[in-house]
Amino acid sequence: MSKLKLVIGVVAIAFVTLTAASCKDAKTEKNNSTDHHSEMNANGDHSKMNHDNSDGHHDGEKKEMAMSGDGNPQAVLNDYFNLKDALVGDDNAKAKELGAILATSLGKLDISKYTGAQQSDLRDIVEDAVEHAEHISESDIAHQREHFKILSKDMTDMVAITGTENTLYQQFCPMYDGGSAWLSMSEDIKNPYYGSKMLTCGKVQKEIN
Amino acid sequence: MKAVKIIAIVLLVAFVVIQFIPVDRNQSDSVPKTDFMLVNDVPSDIKDKLRVSCYDCHSNNTQYPWYNKVQPVAWFLEGHIKEGKSELNFNEWDALSNRRKASKLRSIIKQIESGEMPLASYTLIHKDAIFSEEETKQVVKYMENLKDSL
Ligand code: HEC
Repeated sequence: MSKLKLVIGVVAIAFVTLTAASCKDAKTEKNNSTDHHSEMNANGDHSKMNHDNSDGHHDGEKKEMAMSGDGNPQAVLNDYFNLKDALVGDDNAKAKELGAILATSLGKLDISKYTGAQQSDLRDIVEDAVEHAEHISESDIAHQREHFKILSKDMTDMVAITGTENTLYQQFCPMYDGGSAWLSMSEDIKNPYYGSKMLTCGKVQKEIN
Repeated sequence: MKAVKIIAIVLLVAFVVIQFIPVDRNQSDSVPKTDFMLVNDVPSDIKDKLRVSCYDCHSNNTQYPWYNKVQPVAWFLEGHIKEGKSELNFNEWDALSNRRKASKLRSIIKQIESGEMPLASYTLIHKDAIFSEEETKQVVKYMENLKDSL
């Protein structure tokens, strides 16, 4: 008797799940076609959220946010330097936050005033850099530094096309990962790959004007 | 004793029931022209290693031996395939620019060297996906050369 009940139970549950699952299937298919949109929406919301967050803070930070929103390469560089400083300070959480902000400002970079070839290079650079910035927004500090290395190359290549308002210093530490470079606004060496462990590893390799 | 029996039965029923839930299979008949193996001259042993160790999660075609079809393994795989493919899809390799290829190669080298890929939860079942020291060296060297040739 109880065996029969069990069998009936299993069949009933299987039936219900199957029905539920097939409904779910239909829904996922619909979702797939709108995937792209929702992704874009998510990105849009993200930047809005950043702005909303800044409302609560003091004016200085608000200005920085606004600057990072106006699509010029300087805004991207500022966010990159903020991220670099967080890594110099061994601050994983801050670097996560700033990685996300950098990804947003990269996405807004306005490339319309460049030539066709430059635009295609910039698009390529931005696509790569966004991916690394996004990874930085969700990784532990060792991974953040790995991605920061490639991100720094992307930024250097971007500056080669867009130029820069301020003098920048390309700095280089031969110890990290077979030699790694980064950009800085200051001539002083503060190593983002080692932080406090080896803050002064490196030298100025190049001045970029 | 009775409680144990009931729990055992419930678990068994649950296990049976979840087998009926369909999973999106990651399968495709054709290999696109942009596939990593087609555009690069990959030595056959490295080819085999990558197919066995990485293609299940990083291509449009997952191998489904019986244990990959059993729940909850199938769910676990489905989640990882989605995430893995969005990071890296070997089938779409040649659609990437040289900059992005170099980026991905660096990342591949890092992942293999550090033993993070293939995922440990995966090699638990797929023993043949594990990299020996020799294989690690070989694949890393190949990827380094490929990166330098871009
Ligand atoms: C069980 C599925 C699975 C297998 C097998 C697998 N991967 Fe992954 N891979 C993932 C997932 C999930 C992610 C994204 C999450 C993460 O980074 O852990 C990923 C991410 C990556 C990334 C990007 C990581 C980053 O942070 O930049 C690379 C590169 C990669 N895999 C390479 C490989 C290589 C090479 C192999 C074979 C040796 C492999 N994977 C095998 C699931 C897998």
